[in-house]
Amino acid sequence: MATKEQLQYTSEHEWVLIEGSTATVGITAYAAEKLGDIVYIDLPKVGSTVAEGTVVGEIESTKSVGELFAPINGTVIEANDAAASSPELVNSDPFGEGWLIKVEFTELPSLLSFDEYTALTGA
Amino acid sequence: MTDVTDPRHSPLHAVHESLGASFTDFAGWLMPVRYSSDLAEHHAVRTAAGIFDISHMAEIRVTGTDAAAFLDRALAGLISAVPLGRAKYSLILVADGGILDDLIVYHDRQDEYLVVANAGNRAVVVKALQDRSAGFDVKLDDLTDELVLIAVQGPASRAIVEATLSVPEMATLKYYACTSGTFADETILVARTGYTGEDGYELYVSVAHAEPLWRALAAAGAPHGLVPAGLASRDTLRLEAGMPLYGHELGLNTLPVQAGLGRVVNLTKDFVGKSGIEAGPAPDARVLVGLISEGKRAGRAGYPVMQGDAEVGEITSGALSPTLGYPIAMAYVDSGASAPGTQLDIDVRGSRVAASVVSLPFYKREA
Repeated sequence: MATKEQLQYTSEHEWVLIEGSTATVGITAYAAEKLGDIVYIDLPKVGSTVAEGTVVGEIESTKSVGELFAPINGTVIEANDAAASSPELVNSDPFGEGWLIKVEFTELPSLLSFDEYTALTGA
Repeated sequence: MTDVTDPRHSPLHAVHESLGASFTDFAGWLMPVRYSSDLAEHHAVRTAAGIFDISHMAEIRVTGTDAAAFLDRALAGLISAVPLGRAKYSLILVADGGILDDLIVYHDRQDEYLVVANAGNRAVVVKALQDRSAGFDVKLDDLTDELVLIAVQGPASRAIVEATLSVPEMATLKYYACTSGTFADETILVARTGYTGEDGYELYVSVAHAEPLWRALAAAGAPHGLVPAGLASRDTLRLEAGMPLYGHELGLNTLPVQAGLGRVVNLTKDFVGKSGIEAGPAPDARVLVGLISEGKRAGRAGYPVMQGDAEVGEITSGALSPTLGYPIAMAYVDSGASAPGTQLDIDVRGSRVAASVVSLPFYKREA
């Protein structure tokens, strides 16, 4: 597992792990904390095409609804069924067991470094 | 001078920070939204107990020989019929019958009442009471800045309050009653009221004794499973209990009867808003109902309620019920779509979720 420093980030509070042509995507601990207890997750279907910056899923807590944005253009090759059936994984381990989707991509978008993201959240 | 753009801090703010609370701006106050998990806090209140800081609530003391007559005139309920030592849920209306706020009135002393209003309505309620007090022998004091309100809610709340304060009348204190208790030589108002659907107590204590009282309750409650609980769990608890929230289910454009609060209005006396109440709602006025759904996707405030292709209502509050495990919502719907059992749809961000109309509340504790 990558450290938080090795991950890349988006301004929508998602993290992205690039391994070869696969991007693993999740939401940050900051986002999970802001949402509160997550009770429902809707993820895109495996095989679907996603476009950078578009809404591809939903993350609901008792209090509010967060949107999952695709951070990258590509095809969904895996969705985390464990997180969909046990949404609390996203609260307990947002950077690990609580990952959401894996996307196969052809072109890397520009993402934020750990330092840039940390500056954004003021943490 | 207080900077009005800065949220106010509760006198217990440092305690909440030490407990690791996350905060939210609520009606101009920075209050705890959760300490750890809002679901855990919710379940603790249903099964053990939770302690809430709700100091943002507004307390207005009404004193004088005309206090009861004044409140009968100013509020929708018959306050003069509330015996000493009892509490009453009431409404303050505007002339056309719209709801300015919902309130709890405590008759805690002879010729004295404590009126508790929502934080966001403090100024308008104080002004309305002042305006309506002309000609009555009463004195109004806004005590909001002097009192801290601590709520202990849940089946274990009685044992916790008994272990912390000396309350001579504890054994006979009924639900929606109030009495006095002693803590650190201070006499404080102890009320068996709350906003969670559980048995519970609300304690009105001075700023000076607020932190010691909080810590004493927390220590006494720990063996009972008491946890500090924030506004997120307070909202899901009150929603399950079918209790309205001002700004969501109640507002100036809502008549009490639409909100299912016709019983709160007493038409045997004269009061501000009576003419509007007697005129009644418009024929097409919507009414408040409960909606339940299957699955996990909850309708939220503002989502349309559909019957076929027709929009017949709008959700005012909704969540996946932590206790029940399915989505619940309160909604205003056309009267033709309001009968329990009516099958409707909620438009959840573009997709339809089937919902059934049910009677409120969604959750009722076992007696």
